[in-house]
Amino acid sequence: MTTTTATETAEPVYVPAAETIGAVLDPRERPARPSALSASLTFGWRAVLKIKHVPEQLFDVTAFPIMMTLMFTYLFGGALAGSTGEYLQFLLPGIMVQSVVMTTMYSGLAVNIDIAKGVFDRFKSLPIWRPAALVGNLLGDVLRYVLASLVITVVGLILGFRPGGGVVGVAAGIGLLVVFSFAFSWIWTMCGLYLRSEKSVMGVSMLVLFPLTFLSNIFVDPSTMPGWLQAFVEVNPITRLVAAVRSLMSGNPDMGELTWVFIATAALLAVFGPLTMRAYNRK
Amino acid sequence: MTDTAIETNGLVKVFGDNRAVDGLDLTVPAGAVFGVLGPNGAGKTTAVRMLATLLRPDGGAARVFGHDVVAEADAVRSLVGLTGQYASLDEDMTGRENLVLIGRLLGFRKPAARARADELLEAFGLTAAAERQVKNYSGGMRRRLDISATLLNTPRLLFLDEPTTGLDPRSRNQVWDIVRAVVSYGTTVLLTTQYLDEADQLASRIAVIDHGRLIAEGTPGELKSSVGAGTVHVRLRDPGRRADAEKLLSAALGAPATPDPDPRRVVVRVPGHGSERGAAEDAARALSELAAAGIVVDDFSLGQPSLDEVFLALTDHPATSKETAA
Repeated sequence: MTTTTATETAEPVYVPAAETIGAVLDPRERPARPSALSASLTFGWRAVLKIKHVPEQLFDVTAFPIMMTLMFTYLFGGALAGSTGEYLQFLLPGIMVQSVVMTTMYSGLAVNIDIAKGVFDRFKSLPIWRPAALVGNLLGDVLRYVLASLVITVVGLILGFRPGGGVVGVAAGIGLLVVFSFAFSWIWTMCGLYLRSEKSVMGVSMLVLFPLTFLSNIFVDPSTMPGWLQAFVEVNPITRLVAAVRSLMSGNPDMGELTWVFIATAALLAVFGPLTMRAYNRK
Repeated sequence: MTDTAIETNGLVKVFGDNRAVDGLDLTVPAGAVFGVLGPNGAGKTTAVRMLATLLRPDGGAARVFGHDVVAEADAVRSLVGLTGQYASLDEDMTGRENLVLIGRLLGFRKPAARARADELLEAFGLTAAAERQVKNYSGGMRRRLDISATLLNTPRLLFLDEPTTGLDPRSRNQVWDIVRAVVSYGTTVLLTTQYLDEADQLASRIAVIDHGRLIAEGTPGELKSSVGAGTVHVRLRDPGRRADAEKLLSAALGAPATPDPDPRRVVVRVPGHGSERGAAEDAARALSELAAAGIVVDDFSLGQPSLDEVFLALTDHPATSKETAA
């Protein structure tokens, strides 16, 4: 045929054959139901695959943290600590906390988008441990948190950040931050399930994250603030987290702050885990 | 083995003040295609989602192969597969990755999940597209991948919710062939559709649903004969003779004329039941009476009753779409 177009030659028309379809329907032994861990890890694998296919989504954990670190170091350094090098020692753990806590909202966005596209219907109709899809998504996010933390550490070291806690202290600080962020992400996962659109998830999370990260001890010492603001900064969980991460990175772990962060992490999981699952099961 | 795949008693689902499913009683025999026919908003999708354990019923009970959809949801989930109206696929992943993901979640080890994925891609004509992201698939390919993902665990009961809505005719025929192949190997299929001819082509029994209730159930033959064997459409040369033509045809066929906005068209159902002649012969006799009365007919056709006509016959109101989605 001379009239055949390019697309037709490229893709021969599919004609369903009863025998080949019958062959795949042959009832065979079904594998055993996967464990909760294995199902969650499979969803984590999906999250990693999605990063591979859409690498642009790593922008927020690479370019954004670099920008934040450079911007605030040079913007405030001279004025607040006399020199940018001095200020960096104070700022870096804080800006790391801010960048990572800010990216937790993407967990909510991812869930909201998944639901809008209907792929969760498939997951929910499978006989697996129910929270696996959400836990797996968050495992993928943990990877992003680690990546963002490492990017900021490297930028900091280049700019002159010299943590007293050394490699162990920095690693412990990152570890604490990632564990807290995993627990914190459940809030946004829940929002992703309740709110109608990804825009509203974005709006709500910005409304919470901006005051939470800026009205804290990340940029300046709270003792310079007016009393009413100090009161807020003192109860802000981000302040406690930053203090704990700073103490670990400087090599003088503050047990009080660490205990506070561990309790907050457990409380976040205990409250928002079940609430999220309830929303998920109702959807 | 039970012979009944699905049994529901007074199933209810309420969204706000909309009773989407309102006391539905259904019995679906195993091993065949069961069609659920109804307009948009009739409650088809809601009913299917409850049966597939995706929605919790607000009242009544449903059992799938003897397992309660609420109390034994996991047992039901391992026996059924659902392909919804909108593809349940990950658009960013490739066709093969989608299938491997489902395989892994069902407990297959990685090599077995890969082998199963390849086998399904082959059977559904997607091998060439296996490494492409699903967002680059055509509507027909998407639907086939969606169905193959549903069949991965060889379900005993397959739910297909409006599987051909939005597909071109060729893709629609492919889906029909797939459904026939699947059921011929013993899988029960529950298919929802808005098209009578689709239910007629595939299903051995059809339930007609409207406003969340069952309004008729039977074989396609029974259903059509209760509605009428078909509909005669006549196009007159002179619209002025419409009233005469309606009177003659109604008398000859024993059914009232269906109102039609076109002043030159007359539409009358052919009742079919109680007559020893075929519908075509009835129609031919009626037409000859028009000719005898000197009414010029430019065009005529004898068609299957449409969903609208089925509804008109069963409920005395046309198949109107509700604003709310089912």
